[in-house]
Amino acid sequence: MTVEIGHFALVLAFALALVQAILPLAGARLGDERLMATGAPTALVGLAITALAFAALVAAYVASDFSVANVWENSHSAKPLLYKVTGTWGNHEGSMLLWVLILSLFGGLVALFGTNLPATLRANVLAVQGWIGAAFLLFILATSNPFARLVPAPIEGRDLNPVLQDIGLAIHPPLLYLGYVGFSVSFSFAVAALIEGRIDAAWARWVRPWTLAAWIFLTGGIAMGSYWAYYELGWGGFWFWDPVENASFLPWLAGTALLHSALVMERRSALKIWTVLLAILAFSLSLLGTFLVRSGVLTSVHTFASDPTRGVFILMILMLFIGGALALFALRASELSAGGIFQPVSREGALVLNNLFLSTATATVLIGTLYPLVVEALTEDKISVGAPFFNLTFGSLMVPLLLVVPFGPLLAWKRGDLYAVSQRLFAAFGLALAVIVVSYALIDRMSVFAALGYGLAAWLIGGALTDLALKAGLPRASLGVAARRVVGLPGSAVGTVLAHAGLGVTLLGIVSVYSLEVERFVTMKPGDTLEIAGRTLRFEEVTPVRGPNYVEDQARFAVFAPDASPQGEIVSAKRVYTARRMPTTEAGIGTFGFSQLYVSLGDPTADGGIVVRAWWKPQVTLIWLGAVVMMVGGVFSLADRRLRVGAPAARRKKAALPA
Amino acid sequence: MAFLAVAAGLTFYALGQRTSYFYMPADLAAAIPAPGERFRLGGLVEKGSVDRQGLNVSFAVTDHDRTVRVRYSGTLPDLFREEQGVVTEGALAEDGVFVADLVLAKHDETYMPREVADALKEKGVWQEE
Repeated sequence: MTVEIGHFALVLAFALALVQAILPLAGARLGDERLMATGAPTALVGLAITALAFAALVAAYVASDFSVANVWENSHSAKPLLYKVTGTWGNHEGSMLLWVLILSLFGGLVALFGTNLPATLRANVLAVQGWIGAAFLLFILATSNPFARLVPAPIEGRDLNPVLQDIGLAIHPPLLYLGYVGFSVSFSFAVAALIEGRIDAAWARWVRPWTLAAWIFLTGGIAMGSYWAYYELGWGGFWFWDPVENASFLPWLAGTALLHSALVMERRSALKIWTVLLAILAFSLSLLGTFLVRSGVLTSVHTFASDPTRGVFILMILMLFIGGALALFALRASELSAGGIFQPVSREGALVLNNLFLSTATATVLIGTLYPLVVEALTEDKISVGAPFFNLTFGSLMVPLLLVVPFGPLLAWKRGDLYAVSQRLFAAFGLALAVIVVSYALIDRMSVFAALGYGLAAWLIGGALTDLALKAGLPRASLGVAARRVVGLPGSAVGTVLAHAGLGVTLLGIVSVYSLEVERFVTMKPGDTLEIAGRTLRFEEVTPVRGPNYVEDQARFAVFAPDASPQGEIVSAKRVYTARRMPTTEAGIGTFGFSQLYVSLGDPTADGGIVVRAWWKPQVTLIWLGAVVMMVGGVFSLADRRLRVGAPAARRKKAALPA
Repeated sequence: MAFLAVAAGLTFYALGQRTSYFYMPADLAAAIPAPGERFRLGGLVEKGSVDRQGLNVSFAVTDHDRTVRVRYSGTLPDLFREEQGVVTEGALAEDGVFVADLVLAKHDETYMPREVADALKEKGVWQEE
């Protein structure tokens, strides 16, 4: 019964999305306030109905209702409850339902928090959200119905793909989708502005918090996905330049560019057309990512669903929205006033430089991701574009960008003084230089490149701290006064400092792992020891263990510090999931400070030993901690009162009018 | 403008240099890549061909037409099995053996590396499950 209610709710949600797509739009066109006012309640009811459909699917999973085909294919009665719930979106149909749920969540949030928007803008934004929702709900109903029944119902399910039976599945897709789909709001704002043919600095102030929220979630989603792949896939890599990873990275790059260009638009009323284009592109890249993942056109370690009819359907949605938005852009962009021109050496000049680098980087990653498809379509040659390509092109674009990052926040708006800023960055420059010299001199195996990488990271962090110190008035004010001022700083100022410093922290981790990682690859028998990066690993024993829906052979290793004191134990395992008879490698990880010892098991050898692969990953956790610092920066920026103050100012103006 | 030109130039240079082609064993009959040139080799792991000598593994990749011997030192993926699809990346050694530094097997039991599935379908030896 709940299953039918869920299916029915989904159909109802589609009908509501169509209403939301048409009525407010017509109202905005005709100037009919009652029609425009239908947008918000429709969006809220649509959210409730979509949530009901989603809850019905979760209920079917929790109850292990194998008469539902989707539950049968992806669940098992012996699966732990957490994975029964998360398994709801661990498959194509369920994850598309989650996608639509999050889309309607953002629609509902715009309806709730957008009360201070001009009525026509709000109506148009909700209408565009309605169009997106209708398209994807139709996609689910037509090609990917999660509520399809099986007659007769099987007794036992086929279980969820073991790689997905992990806490990562509970966190990674929802975060990633909150980011991906969050950009739909920026997209809707851009399309609404194009429909109205009007855009001003206030528009940027309204769009920025939504973009920022999406960016925070996407940052978290990508970092979480990276850490998940790192510990789950058992090869200890944190980024593979896999097409699916690129699919999430592309909107992040475009979204980061959008955050910076919206700043210019808000403060200087410039870069308007470019900002609108970026808002369209960020969500277009999210849609492209959805297409790449869901259609399975690219060979990828992440591809779990591949079905041509679905691919064609999503491709049509893709062309409709991206093509439609860009056509509208081409028609209307010339009507938008471009805004002021400015000095190249200024805050806005630096932000333009940021956008130039970020958008070029987006383009290179996009080309590298799609190139194999194009080549195959044209020549039937099959090629692969891997890490060497991306490291070369993306890396050479990022280095100059990161070099100029500390200058940006220190330059004044309108006209900056590069000489004065360079003087202020003297301390950060000295720090970077010292880090280069000391790390090169003290750490053996340190290459020039790695030392320069450390220097660049120190430069970023030092630059961010310089920014903070200057904003607190440090060279002149006393430390006590400065500390009080730091607390009183506007959130967005702290946000900038944290986001840029977080970038430096992540870079520090990446450089450490690339340059100082130690790998050992040996066969071991119980009692054997292995020395790695000063620590000693002693292979204790292998014990068979029975889990809820798997059996595994656990290998236990005792860890000893360089001074031979024990440092606990690392457990690594070979696991076989009984339902699918599918083996997985469960890596054992021990964390020491920011560094990790990563132990992965290979096959048993003929003489009773086992192949062991161990890595010393120096400062590896900084890669993800840096992303967390960036997210915290985003939250600070989002909490900035100035972002919300703009709207009351507009309301005051309106209130003044009748008098 | 100059900046964009440099970036575009770099991108296309890198595309020319840093991509690797995908071949099936039969493709190597037509055009043998020079020893040391990196490419991807895909096909099925030939039955009974897997030989583990401690850390080193050797196996044969076949497309039921021709067979190429592969040497690899490292842990094989969890789903590496005989008569299953596999993609390896590396280069031919002087003795004609393919030395791989990367071995990818399918990611779950219904997933076949796409290039391998396409190529096997062309040869008519693809078996739907």
